[in-house]
Amino acid sequence: MRNVPPWREPAPPGGTMGEPRTRGRFGEYGGRYAPESLVEACREVDEAFRDAWADPGFRGALARLLAVHAGRPTPLTPADRLSEALGVRLCLKREDLTHTGSHKINNVLGQALLATRMGRRRLIAETGAGQHGVATATAAALLGLEATVFMGERDIERQALNVFRMRMLGAEVVPVTAGSRTLKDATSEAMRHWVGATGDSHYCIGSVVGPDPYPWMVREFQRIIGDEARAQCAAELRTGVPDYVVACVGGGSNAAGTFAGFADTRALLVGVEAEGGAGASRGRLGVMHGCRSLFLQDDDGQITQAHSIAAGLDYPGVGPEHAHLRDLGRARYVTVSDEEAAAAAVRLARTEGIVPALESAHALAWVIRAAGDGELPAGSTVLMTLSGRGDKDVSTLKELL
Amino acid sequence: MTDLTLAAGAVERHLRARRDAGRGLLMPYVTGGITPGWTDYLRAFAAAGADAIEVGLPFSDPTLDGVTIQRASDTALARGASTRRILADLSGVPDLGVPLVASTYYNLVLHDGPEAFCAALRGAGVAGLIVPDLPVHEADELTDVAAASGIELVLLASPATPQPRLAEIAGRSRGFVYAVSVMGTTGERAALAASAAELTERIRRVSDRPVLLGFGISTPDQAREARRHADGVVVGAAVMRRVLDGAGPDDLRAFLAPLRQALDQECDRPR
Ligand SMILES: Cc1ncc(COP(=O)(O)O)c(C=O)c1O
Repeated sequence: MRNVPPWREPAPPGGTMGEPRTRGRFGEYGGRYAPESLVEACREVDEAFRDAWADPGFRGALARLLAVHAGRPTPLTPADRLSEALGVRLCLKREDLTHTGSHKINNVLGQALLATRMGRRRLIAETGAGQHGVATATAAALLGLEATVFMGERDIERQALNVFRMRMLGAEVVPVTAGSRTLKDATSEAMRHWVGATGDSHYCIGSVVGPDPYPWMVREFQRIIGDEARAQCAAELRTGVPDYVVACVGGGSNAAGTFAGFADTRALLVGVEAEGGAGASRGRLGVMHGCRSLFLQDDDGQITQAHSIAAGLDYPGVGPEHAHLRDLGRARYVTVSDEEAAAAAVRLARTEGIVPALESAHALAWVIRAAGDGELPAGSTVLMTLSGRGDKDVSTLKELL
Repeated sequence: MTDLTLAAGAVERHLRARRDAGRGLLMPYVTGGITPGWTDYLRAFAAAGADAIEVGLPFSDPTLDGVTIQRASDTALARGASTRRILADLSGVPDLGVPLVASTYYNLVLHDGPEAFCAALRGAGVAGLIVPDLPVHEADELTDVAAASGIELVLLASPATPQPRLAEIAGRSRGFVYAVSVMGTTGERAALAASAAELTERIRRVSDRPVLLGFGISTPDQAREARRHADGVVVGAAVMRRVLDGAGPDDLRAFLAPLRQALDQECDRPR
């Protein structure tokens, strides 16, 4: 038996975002804190993913799906008018232009293809904003799988359009009435459901959270954002690599995928959280939903409810790799208020003709604020991942504006 | 096996002694802090012939619990229950003659740190601990600390657990092995799953530690059937549904009596 827990070992230098260390550890975070009934299922996913990721046939099939169905590569759009106003050079990685309208499709196509390879007939998913649910329903329809999506009742109200889309695509949407009736509770319910369905179903987790291998696997499926952006920045920017790489963080999948493309450069990585859902900025060490990471908690150790105008950021924790990047100082995590995000969404609409998802608007709001207060030096180059488009948020925005 | 018996902690010694005397083991569950006088349920359990008592420390996100225990946890938390208050309540309970085993999710253990957490349990007279989201391969951080504090860390085994891992779980579990009867969450079920017999049989092959079957056991018939395979049963959701419906300690005593009887009858038969 070991006396020194593995998380006391010195952290690897630089946060290169490679394969996690033994037992799915990113520094002291990660791991597989799953009920015993799910441990074997996690092991099977891990084995299948390792096997598939090393198989050019799988990679080729996924690349083809991403190209012909999801519309990759997505463009890099220089935000010229906004850049001029802000005094920085801002480029947007356009995940909003993927089929289904957000980066979630990258991960889901990967996992759905993996599920098929594992002989599973059904996908289980949780969703907050509905984007991951829509992506799951889409991939299931495309590959002939069934889909069951758990969604908090409150989010069902907020994201009616996406609920309709999922149902139209043939998915079953299960309302979750427990707790805060948002993403946290939908995730708990999806895990509980998976316990009874491991035989024929794959749990398609929507972000870089959950038990090992999910945080790593989802980051690898989202790495395409960063890899494409890296090459596009090399062509577009005089400096080759941007000075800042910015993305919003719910669980952290679009940010992890983006950061992965720049982890070995000198770019400064910034993750932007919602003020009311700031796991990386204000969370404490804990274990929830299968992994050790940072979670918002009260003085008794109960997980507290997150609040954000953006349903996709309404999660009281953050993926374990982000917690690790924060500890290493490789990435910084900052927060933005609902009001700043809403104002940023309007500003992007009026300067660039793009209505962003409220989640993505958080990242932009930080760029606007940081350019305004000099934190972003004049003339610096900024890559920002526009994780999704704002169609799903129009009713929220209508009430606000 | 004498070595193991000598080395065993209080929970295991107690359960082994009763098992070896031919008694079917009964461990009822109650969510701590569920009602103002909740510790009266413990007295009722003991009076009804419980061999150990499981006390749930409610957590906001119980990923292995079905609707009943979820609701019980929410109710207790809404009443202001916390680990600290529940343990304070327990400290005031005179010795019931049966061991108390706490159960909770790992976040609450990490919150104070494993050492402080185990010391607090011990201080409140708790002798065992069940953490459903702490599988054996993540348990290193807690096992030694628990042992040093005199807390027996009970590990769970599942129908999906492969045999070599089952041997590791049975070997490292303390107190007893918690056999999860079914691939599912806690909650009452119409019948005992076939997986229960098979899992118990597989644990038997690698260990003679007491085996308690849990998840779904709610009727005397199910208890009787479980007893044919395992050393005893854990009854959780069936108790908590009654508590949520307003049952008092006497009602629970009446509910447990036929279960006790069923276990006793089954062990009278030649095995
Ligand atoms: C458009 C969009 N961006 C961001 C997020 C946040 O998720 P993540 O942090 O995993 O990228 C979501 C989640 O639903 C989303 O829909």
